[in-house]
Amino acid sequence: MLNSFKGLGITLRTFLGKPVTAEYPKQHLPIQESFMGFPVLTWDPKVGEPYCVGCMVCIRMCPTQCMSATMKDNPLQKEGKSTRRKIVESFEINLGRCIVCGICEEVCAFDAITMSHFHELATVARNGRRVDLDRLLDLGKEYQHDSGWRPPTEIEKEKLAALKATQSAAAVAAPSSAGPATEPQTGGGA
Amino acid sequence: MTQARQLQSLDMMVNMGPQHPSTHGVFRMVLWLDGEEVVDVEPHIGYLHRGSEKLAEDELYPQIITLFDRMDYVGNFNSELAFCMAVEKLMSVEVPERPQYLRIILCELNRISSHMLFYGTMGLDAGAMTPVMFGFRERERIQRLFEATSGARMMHNYFRIGGIKEEPPPDFKQRVAGVLGELDAGIDQCDKLLTYNEVYLMRTKDVGRISGKEALELGLTGPSLRASGVPYDVRVYEPYSLYNRFQFDIPVGNNGDVWDRYAVRVAEMRESVKIIRQALEQMPDGGPLVAQGVRRIPRPPKGETYLATESPRGELGVFIVSDGGDKPYRLKVRPPSFVNLQSLRPMLRNSYVADAVMILGSLDIILGEVDR
Repeated sequence: MLNSFKGLGITLRTFLGKPVTAEYPKQHLPIQESFMGFPVLTWDPKVGEPYCVGCMVCIRMCPTQCMSATMKDNPLQKEGKSTRRKIVESFEINLGRCIVCGICEEVCAFDAITMSHFHELATVARNGRRVDLDRLLDLGKEYQHDSGWRPPTEIEKEKLAALKATQSAAAVAAPSSAGPATEPQTGGGA
Repeated sequence: MTQARQLQSLDMMVNMGPQHPSTHGVFRMVLWLDGEEVVDVEPHIGYLHRGSEKLAEDELYPQIITLFDRMDYVGNFNSELAFCMAVEKLMSVEVPERPQYLRIILCELNRISSHMLFYGTMGLDAGAMTPVMFGFRERERIQRLFEATSGARMMHNYFRIGGIKEEPPPDFKQRVAGVLGELDAGIDQCDKLLTYNEVYLMRTKDVGRISGKEALELGLTGPSLRASGVPYDVRVYEPYSLYNRFQFDIPVGNNGDVWDRYAVRVAEMRESVKIIRQALEQMPDGGPLVAQGVRRIPRPPKGETYLATESPRGELGVFIVSDGGDKPYRLKVRPPSFVNLQSLRPMLRNSYVADAVMILGSLDIILGEVDR
């Protein structure tokens, strides 16, 4: 009989302690920084256009074929404002099909698609889960603003430069301190 | 005496499932009952069949990892590991040490979280409502760590052929150590709450017994086999990855009843904690995350291979035939849940109908893996 009461003791102690559960719709648990929500398209604020050029790599690699896109000639490039020759014309993701695997983000060479923190899928409209380019970019801007997103290739470049700087500093260790060592510290948050 | 001879009883057929909450998914058992006793049982599977093996034939190797996530949806990391290692074996790729250690840590954590789910549902099957809360509290800590590491709580897609996807968070080691500390106390608490509870003992002792010999004949693996006294663990008998570097015991039961299958899993959680502690100590701090020379879309050479790993449910094997292309020619999974389910009939025969749920629960099947 003793063991049953031991168990009851644990129940009682937990009953008096702080609850570990959260009342979901009223209370949201914090999302981890690296959480993968649904994919969104990112916005290049320097140029004022999406990063996406519509190269369709993500669409070809998607395991569920939930995306589609078309590309067009970039009008901003002709004006000399942008370096992107082509730009995305339309982009659609069927979030109902998306399995949030992150492959699209991984294969993207243009930092154009990223896994946001957006994860609540309930909609009122029947086709509310088919999101078009405008909505994807809106979601992307929101995510960029909230999380301080920066292009991964830029971060990678900085890391490489920092690594090189430390290596050269260590290798030289001579009076002539390397000039570019201070360079990678520029470029803060978004 | 004469009257008793005149009374004839007919076996009653009872359909249990596929929407029964205690079948742990969409699983249907047709039970033939003689009063309270189970005369025979016929399991019906296939309600969750998604054709993963066939689908895999038309998907690139990196895409198949997402299919494996969805096979054993409670031990996702373990399923991913089995597939990735099978492809690595086919390509004879040497995976760097750091990703190997990270994989082992995550897999063992996943084993604990899977067993915690088992612990909770086992309590529910026995009619105890509290254990599931405690089990899920512990599971949540691990799940949050997974979210911070891989970005997803369940469908991670984190392991890659030849390594892992990306760097874990910088405070990964401290976080794992913290979770382990909490788990130590949590497992003890769970243990104290249910294991030796008198009511639970009465419900589980000597129920659904199976001898070691019979279990081996039926191809039972994993904790369910070890509960029958056979100390077979793939991690020890055929060490894959770096498992030969760790010191840990194989918990073994004596009777092969429901309680033993439960107790073995609880003991296994402690062993997993031990393994993770050692792995954290041995893990190097820096180094490549993916083996060199593995392309994003790998094309393994022509050939076939079979690789077995120890998933939380038993021996999870992957058989791949490659024709040299970027998609496997054939992929076959040896799912432990499916094979373990074969022992349901010998276990259930001559037991009571109230124990049917307990016996099924003690096998810890995952229907996503049974049906694939």
